[in-house]
Amino acid sequence: MEVLKIATAGSVDDGKSTLIGRLLYDTKSLTSDKIEAIDRVSKKNGLDYLDFSLATDGLVAEREQGITIDVAHIYFSTPKKSYIIADTPGHIEYTRNMVTGASTSQTSIILIDARKGVIEQTYRHFFINNLLRVKEVIVAVNKMDLVNYSEEVFNDIVEDFQDLRAQSNFKDQKLTFIPVSALWGENIAEKSTAMPWYEGQTILEHLEDLKPEDFAEQSQARFAVQTVIRPKTDKFHDYRGYAGKISGSSLKVGDKVSVLPSLKKSTIKEIHFFDESFQEAPAGSSVSITLSDDINVARGDMLVRSSEVPTETKLLDATVCWMDNKALIPGAKYVLQHNTNGILAKIDKVKGHVDSNFGKEEEGSSLHLNDIGSVRIKLSKPIFADSYSVNRSNGRFILVDTQTNTTAGVGFIK
Amino acid sequence: MSSILHQNTLESEAIYIFREVVAQFENPVLLFSGGKDSITLVRLAQKAFYPAKIPFPLMHIDTGHNFPETIHFRDQLVEELGLNLIVRKVQDDIDNGVSIEEKGKYSSRNSLQTNTLLNAIEEFKFDACIGGARRDEEKARAKERIFSIRNDFGEWDEKNQRPEVFDMLNGRIDIGQNVRVFPISNWTELDVWSYIDSENIEIPSIYFAHEREIFERDGLIWTASEYVYKEDHEVTENRRVRFRTVGDITCTAAVESKADSVQKIIQEVRDSAISERGARIDDKRSEAAMETRKQQGYF
Repeated sequence: MEVLKIATAGSVDDGKSTLIGRLLYDTKSLTSDKIEAIDRVSKKNGLDYLDFSLATDGLVAEREQGITIDVAHIYFSTPKKSYIIADTPGHIEYTRNMVTGASTSQTSIILIDARKGVIEQTYRHFFINNLLRVKEVIVAVNKMDLVNYSEEVFNDIVEDFQDLRAQSNFKDQKLTFIPVSALWGENIAEKSTAMPWYEGQTILEHLEDLKPEDFAEQSQARFAVQTVIRPKTDKFHDYRGYAGKISGSSLKVGDKVSVLPSLKKSTIKEIHFFDESFQEAPAGSSVSITLSDDINVARGDMLVRSSEVPTETKLLDATVCWMDNKALIPGAKYVLQHNTNGILAKIDKVKGHVDSNFGKEEEGSSLHLNDIGSVRIKLSKPIFADSYSVNRSNGRFILVDTQTNTTAGVGFIK
Repeated sequence: MSSILHQNTLESEAIYIFREVVAQFENPVLLFSGGKDSITLVRLAQKAFYPAKIPFPLMHIDTGHNFPETIHFRDQLVEELGLNLIVRKVQDDIDNGVSIEEKGKYSSRNSLQTNTLLNAIEEFKFDACIGGARRDEEKARAKERIFSIRNDFGEWDEKNQRPEVFDMLNGRIDIGQNVRVFPISNWTELDVWSYIDSENIEIPSIYFAHEREIFERDGLIWTASEYVYKEDHEVTENRRVRFRTVGDITCTAAVESKADSVQKIIQEVRDSAISERGARIDDKRSEAAMETRKQQGYF
């Protein structure tokens, strides 16, 4: 079945958890024991309606404080699709979680409180969706019930948002505006009768209609080798299969390929998946590839078509989202993980950070937790990289702290 | 030769994760309970490394309170695939005084598994333990990373987890730490059953509807067994039931069912009004039962 991954960002006050709870309830994805649990806690909290936000918040601290601390994953399905929601907190101190949630999603829902309109937090969500190049974004204007379901209020917000979009450099992004009331289920799964002026789709209708082609990236094929499969059995004595996941576009048997970084050339002999072989495998497939020539290929190497070799570089200019308590400063050393390849890297320059007011860059020489900024990085060995805007999988990296081993930041190559 | 490969997204993701584990760790192990999720893991691992054998052992943390059907199935699978199986017994830790048996009506060895698991990790110096937990099962599990770091006491620091962006998995750890890996994090109960169906995977017979001697307590159907404490007023009867999850006999309740095939189970899961872990006695202890156990190192 088709799987659609959605990221939601917003604070509890936006009604994000309520919106997700409502989606679950309206698609009959909440089982009776869960509804009973929600009912029990709602009553305990003195509410006379079902508080759907209780369907999502997981950790004890989150339930106590009524906030979302970390990314939670929520699952529901319709006869047409399986949905995975990465539910992320919206406060500025959780920017890293928003980036994490959006990084694995194909579409985003940005929530706006109709009473407040476009606020700083909206800028930040939109900016992150731009940075990560999320192609399909739903802007849900929530709490329409609290503004008398006013068309004018909705239109003003859409207009403000369009101003924001005018500054964006990602023109392929599609925005869909939907007026909703998550609390009363208006335009979530069912069409609102309170807003006859709105003729568009409900959130669920819109999600149901999205197709894989709407998100597919059309770029050159990249195949990062994860591990080499060598059975060394009698039957497969000389077998050397390069295991990995194809990205960008499909690979075919007979494709002339180059191994990076050695630049040695060969031809794809076979594409295997389990005990079958295939002529062609599309982007997203985990396969094993054999080559016609006996050349040295190891983890960290990448196979590409010989006519499509990316640029070799020892210097990266990137936008980095910082995720660690220890600030990013010039001179610091990290392991840069690019695909399956780990390289020692030194921070050459921090050129400033991006203000959460979309696009405006400010001077600065360090990045703190949850900052997003421009960084120049020197590498100990060259890598073959693409710009993130051209090839998503080969245009990103993470920085790993060599002392704590933590993932300290994520970068998008310019 | 078939022409174009059509791979299931979830399957491709899981295989990618298995391969990262083998590339990034020196000594991984697959935690095998004999339940459908760990059986699915075995199939995925088989596919990830074919034509090579699965390059790590399986380990069963045995509470001693098993459904005999599960153990029989486990041994058959291991023999068929030529796998290396490690068994570590909760009973041994009780005998050595490392663990103390719970008493009373709700006594179970479920939480004692944690001790035995942590000891085994130390004994074999495992740096990665692959498990079949899924995020849709339970609210604390919904917050899990795919590579989830545990300190040398096996503890989970849920408020300070390593960010996991895109599909980039960072398995770097210090000596003494280990990583729990969840390749089917993003699968739902229905996804697992659909996969079992499409792959024709064999599963233990207790997943299918069968006659069993049971008794009711707190609205749940308990198995009558020498391992399950039963009060005198609790009357047993024979009923047609099946198990939706398979843990040990003291913490897994049955559900009434007529589903005697995978297809019928899929239909039943679709129509079900109760969640999968609704029949897990171990989760009913408190609102945060799972979160608390996970912090202490439970799988």
